[in-house]
Amino acid sequence: MPDRAITRRYLLGQTAGCLGAAALAQLAGSAALGRDRRDRSAPGLPELPHFAPTAKRVIYLFQSGGPSHLDLYDPKPKLADLFGSDLPDSIRQGQRLTEMTHKQKSFPVAPSLMKFQQHGQCGAWLSETLPHIGSVADEIAIIRSTHTEAINHDPAITYINTGTQQLGKPSMGSWLSYGLGSENEDLPAYIVLISQGTGRPGGQPLFSRLWSSGFLPSNHQGVRFRSGRDPVLYLGNPPGVEGDGRRKMLEGLGRLNTIKAERSGDPEIHTRIAQYEMAFRMQSSVPDLVNLSDESEGVFELYGENARKPGTFAANCILARRLAERGVRFIQLFHRGWDQHGNLPAQIRGQCADVDQASAALIKDLKARGMLDETLVVWGGEFGRTVYAQGTLTKDNYGRDHHGRCFSVWMAGGGIKGGVQLGKTDDYGYNVVEDAVHIRDLNATILHCLGIDHERLTYPYQGLEQRLTGVEQARLLEKIIA
Amino acid sequence: MKRLLICLPVKGNMVRSNLFVIVLILISLSAPAVAREPVSYARDIRPILAAACFRCHGADEDARKGELRLDSQSSAHSLRDVSAAIVPGLAAKSLLFQRITAGDESVRMPPADETRQLTAGEIALLRRWIAEGGSYQGHWAFEKPRRSPLPHVQQRQWVRNPVDHFVLARLESSQLRSSPEADRRTLVRRLTLDLTGLPPTPQEVERFISDSRPDAYEQLVSRLLASPAYGERIALEWLDAARYADTHGYHEDYHREMWPWRDWVIGALNSNMPFDQFTVEQVAGDLLPDATAAQVVATGFNRNHGVTASGISEEYRVEYVLDRVRTTSTVWLGLTMQCAQCHEHKYDPITQRDFYRFFAYFNNITDRGVENRQGNVDPLVPVTSPLMDRKLLVFEKQIRTAEKQKADEAASAAPRQATWEKEQLAAGADQPVLPGGLLLHLPLDAGDGNDVIDRVSEKPVGVITGSVVRDTGHIGGALVLDGKTYLDLGDRLGFERTDAFSYGAWFYRGGDSGAIIARMDDASNYRGWDLYLAGGHAEFHMIHQWRANAIHAKSTMPVPTGKWTHLFVTYDGTSKAGGFKLYYDGVAQQVNITQDSLSETIHTDKPLHVGRRNPSGYLAGRIDDVRVYRGALSPAAVATLAGSNPVSMILKLAAGDRSEAQKKELRQYYLENVDPPYRERAARLTALKTQRAELSTQAAAQTVMVMQEMKDRRSTFLLKRGQYDQHGDEVAAGTPAFLHPLAEEASPDRLGLARWIMDPANPLTSRVTVNRIWQMLFGTGLVASSGDFGTQGELPTHPELLDWLACEFVDSGWDVKRLVRLLVTSATYRQDSAMSLQAWEKDPANSLLGRGSRFRMSAEAIRDNALAVSGLLVSRTGGPSVKPYQPDGLWLETSNRPYVQDSGSKLYRRSLYVYWKRSAPPPNLFAIDAPTRETCTVRRQRTNTPLMALVLLNDPVFVEAARKLAERALAEGAGDVDAAISEMFFRATARRPDPQEMAILGDIYQQQLAIYTANPEAAGQLLAVGESPRDVSLDTAMHAAMAMVANTILNLDETITRE
Repeated sequence: MPDRAITRRYLLGQTAGCLGAAALAQLAGSAALGRDRRDRSAPGLPELPHFAPTAKRVIYLFQSGGPSHLDLYDPKPKLADLFGSDLPDSIRQGQRLTEMTHKQKSFPVAPSLMKFQQHGQCGAWLSETLPHIGSVADEIAIIRSTHTEAINHDPAITYINTGTQQLGKPSMGSWLSYGLGSENEDLPAYIVLISQGTGRPGGQPLFSRLWSSGFLPSNHQGVRFRSGRDPVLYLGNPPGVEGDGRRKMLEGLGRLNTIKAERSGDPEIHTRIAQYEMAFRMQSSVPDLVNLSDESEGVFELYGENARKPGTFAANCILARRLAERGVRFIQLFHRGWDQHGNLPAQIRGQCADVDQASAALIKDLKARGMLDETLVVWGGEFGRTVYAQGTLTKDNYGRDHHGRCFSVWMAGGGIKGGVQLGKTDDYGYNVVEDAVHIRDLNATILHCLGIDHERLTYPYQGLEQRLTGVEQARLLEKIIA
Repeated sequence: MKRLLICLPVKGNMVRSNLFVIVLILISLSAPAVAREPVSYARDIRPILAAACFRCHGADEDARKGELRLDSQSSAHSLRDVSAAIVPGLAAKSLLFQRITAGDESVRMPPADETRQLTAGEIALLRRWIAEGGSYQGHWAFEKPRRSPLPHVQQRQWVRNPVDHFVLARLESSQLRSSPEADRRTLVRRLTLDLTGLPPTPQEVERFISDSRPDAYEQLVSRLLASPAYGERIALEWLDAARYADTHGYHEDYHREMWPWRDWVIGALNSNMPFDQFTVEQVAGDLLPDATAAQVVATGFNRNHGVTASGISEEYRVEYVLDRVRTTSTVWLGLTMQCAQCHEHKYDPITQRDFYRFFAYFNNITDRGVENRQGNVDPLVPVTSPLMDRKLLVFEKQIRTAEKQKADEAASAAPRQATWEKEQLAAGADQPVLPGGLLLHLPLDAGDGNDVIDRVSEKPVGVITGSVVRDTGHIGGALVLDGKTYLDLGDRLGFERTDAFSYGAWFYRGGDSGAIIARMDDASNYRGWDLYLAGGHAEFHMIHQWRANAIHAKSTMPVPTGKWTHLFVTYDGTSKAGGFKLYYDGVAQQVNITQDSLSETIHTDKPLHVGRRNPSGYLAGRIDDVRVYRGALSPAAVATLAGSNPVSMILKLAAGDRSEAQKKELRQYYLENVDPPYRERAARLTALKTQRAELSTQAAAQTVMVMQEMKDRRSTFLLKRGQYDQHGDEVAAGTPAFLHPLAEEASPDRLGLARWIMDPANPLTSRVTVNRIWQMLFGTGLVASSGDFGTQGELPTHPELLDWLACEFVDSGWDVKRLVRLLVTSATYRQDSAMSLQAWEKDPANSLLGRGSRFRMSAEAIRDNALAVSGLLVSRTGGPSVKPYQPDGLWLETSNRPYVQDSGSKLYRRSLYVYWKRSAPPPNLFAIDAPTRETCTVRRQRTNTPLMALVLLNDPVFVEAARKLAERALAEGAGDVDAAISEMFFRATARRPDPQEMAILGDIYQQQLAIYTANPEAAGQLLAVGESPRDVSLDTAMHAAMAMVANTILNLDETITRE
């Protein structure tokens, strides 16, 4: 039935002029089926970017569990004299508390045991546990006034990653994949790397929804890279199948599918053939990508000895840089274990030892390679922690509960001013008193750096033009935008 | 599209000016499709107004600007000053038109800073609409469906049933052609996959192809609709909609068991329960008069939402209610009611009050918000399961057999006993005959110094912590416990509750309380076991979690003071208090049982202690001769240990001098403590009884979460901005005012709601349901946005057909199988899916249904297909979820619990039974667009990614399926390579490969054969993937090469596509 044969070549070569744009887009590499007008993939949306971007990609160093701003980024020297005193009602202002501490009889102030010192030209104050991040103080913008309504992990981490506490919405990375597409056809646009905190092993769980595509086409979901034999799930051939055997088999498969495509006329089959080709390329490119043995000794010196151990935060930071080099749009690291309800001083030192050197190394490394200008790096968690102690407060030990009213996040690189501190909290590190930054504002700013107007990146779902920042007003953090 | 818009404003107030002249020139490259038809408000105008205007000029009073409302005709047509927003017939006079075409940016609508602007085409449409009268219609989906007469068609011979009239009429009016019927093998595969989710077997294909009866196709439909796999297939769609999962979803994402509800769904679908009943039972089965157990189980539908283990209870309880509203309104009404949670719906006529009136129906449930536990949470009901009942029957049978075997051994033991008696007498019958199975024996004699010597191993086994003071014991020396001293025996005797064991010691009371022997962890809710002195009475514990899951009993008699007492406990491993016996000086004691609810592990890492628990329970007194035995010692054995030596006494009597009672006692002693065959049978019997007891407990504990009304109705308030704690006015339960009214006799509860949902006057339920079934069978619904029938949803491609089907569905008594049959027997459904170039150009998405649909199968169907064609599939219906292969470590990387994979038949069950952890859904299915099941999903994505390719190439289940498929084909082809390849291809696609395809597959085989002949080790590795045994009689290289061909075939586009 030659008259029915709608091969890719035939269509593109002879009849392209007669075809609608949608049909062409589909032929040119669409991954999605169905009638949805927005189902499209790799190339991104034609109307994007909305304006010239300052960053091509994001590396988000997500610290899961709620790092204590009071012990890391937001020094409160006046608290030293208030050790053990009850948090004044004027500060707490009836703030709702979690189920862990709302029955506590008193709320004794726990001054941080961490010493703070100034760093860089900008003189940013940082905890003694973050000496390396201190060494890049002039590159980063520290936001001390971030806030969220959520006070428990699950809703809070869902909120900051998907823009709402409700389930079922796409994550930021999926929005970016959908909007901007991928710069590297051989790799997903959104990659997730996970590491376990040694400061508190077995911390808060993570959820697939944090990198889910929600109602967006599911090819935009984050793809997890793992340490071990299969960096991507099911990447490795089965035992006893070698590259050559696989290649031969795939060639045969491609030929059979091509025959089918000619017979049925379904252009989707061409897409499928292309996906199998990409899968095969990933089988060889991804193991090389995650194999750090070609990194120089200098790199390991920079990132620290932990970086030699696959699956650590430090190793993931090197991987993040390698993915950035290959044009991956959104690289998100999740480091677990920041949930210091008790035994905070010891635990947080462990957590900082996991991430401090590598976080700073990533900034230095990107800069040395001329990539920091085009890469936005974000460091932060889902909320901060309370100034009052959870449980027993002693001179050398305390824990802190969740706190959404203020917490610290830093950003660096593409489009962000370095050496800046934005926002102030009160003397207790409890309420924002200057330049409040809602997590919506943060997300809007991240999109802005990528050339996206957060109000115009939308998707129709359930009767609404949905967007990452939701329906409430979000504003850009002009003070830190370069 | 280019647009040239020239506005010539005149001086004065533009809005009031009648002299305002507008010249609108439109140069459009693509004229609107509706150029020659009258403009339809519903189809053409409302979507524009809704997108661009209603946000400020719609139903939401708070958001309304300029007191202008454009979503109702009366308001839009009403006079404002000198004109109206819409003056019928006169666009230029209409304020609406003036404002959208104003040259002055400050007055032009929509305001310049709005993202949504009007295109020239839209402006032209609005102008024409006003010119044609500017009249409004209600939104199509909110008007009752009408059964229109079947449209006239030209090609009458093509038509098979009413569906085809509508489809063909539309094709003919668009100058498009329908496609011929697909060939038979395509039809049998399409139909079997669509109706059962499984491929047809080769025999089924052959039978249908050669079936010459005129109604062969209808017969096939009947057979498939009657198959138990039909219910499983339809259930899969329903599980997505009902957000079914096996975990709680939030926070720690704990385990739950809702599978009995899933079984209910499968059963209801298979029995073709009418859809109204199916609905009423799930929404309000608990409220039906004399509700049956099954009707209550059905209400699990609205308990499938997530449950949290952390947070503010009321906040989450409200969230669960919101979820029920979202899910119920999406599934049955196709409404996005959640938009009205925080404010009036911007687009649909749903007020915030409507929302909370609907909310009130679901707000009176006895559930709590935060539930920090594993398993099902209240309200719940116990369920019985046929599977459990069957298993229990099997145990009964095995127990009867084991009892008989034990009796047989006892009957044949006489000669063995005679031999033993001789040996005992020869060894000196004066010695007490001590029982066997001694595990630990601590004489605690003075000669041991600071060590604790075990006479079984003749080694030091522990340390004395505290002061070491020896004194005279009952036998030799004893250790003095001063209330601070105890023995630490380390990690020893890690008994489980299913182990039978016996333990005790000689004891001289010094105080009233403390542990004699204990392996227990106080900090973990006293997990472990002990022999304890409490207020002078001896007691024993066996604990998983004190008191909820534990055994405890206390002797009625106190332990005597001022003398040595032999305290001993025997336990038979049944996890029941009745399995314990407590002895003082060899005499069984009466005990009071206070706890008897042990059902989980008693294992602890804490060390074994004598003289305390861990760390509480210090003991005072003297202790001597600590012994622990394997097995439950008989009373005579315990008496022997206590020094009465009854067995020895009987032994010394000549056989003829022994009384009947003495003979019996000796026999019993011999059997229970000595005779190896008897003891082995007895142990087996105990194990079986324990397992049966566990299963009965499990069966009795099997529950499902359901809906249950509170006795005192909880008040419902409008929640300001949707915040759980911001109460506004109180509202009563009720349905949205813009839809059909509630029946007067309707009860103000979920039952009233359920009946309202199924009221034939409801314009939505029938359309929404019919559309979802259409979507299931054709790949896309007649309304593509199957979850949104509101004004923002897509318009139906065939509105009259949708209405006709909706009416037909209601009139048939909501007969689902009848509807499915109607659709699949249409000529529309039976078309060939191949597409011509012309068809592709004219209708790339096949909206007009001029060809059969062709789409990739669901993740579940792809996996099930591989299992089925390879012969691995275990097609048992129902039961708990299963955990098949999954890459290692996946759960642990993101949470704190490991994935424990099942084995055996559970690896090969249909995919709808695969364990669904919401925070980490089955990774292979997830890569093929399966949802997380965190929220209601009525339409899955269908994407095409390299990750999916990797799953199909490398996931062990697909590799194993390839091996089995190859094995099967090689066996059937009797070793003939071509025959085997053809067979595999046929199983996977229901057709034989043509010569060209055969040549390619043959090449692959030869290439792989060369590889595996050269490397037999690799072949062995490939064939070792998966748990199922391999046919070792096949040549390894040949089998491996054929497995790679099978792997190719399972990855073919055609194999994973329903076409």
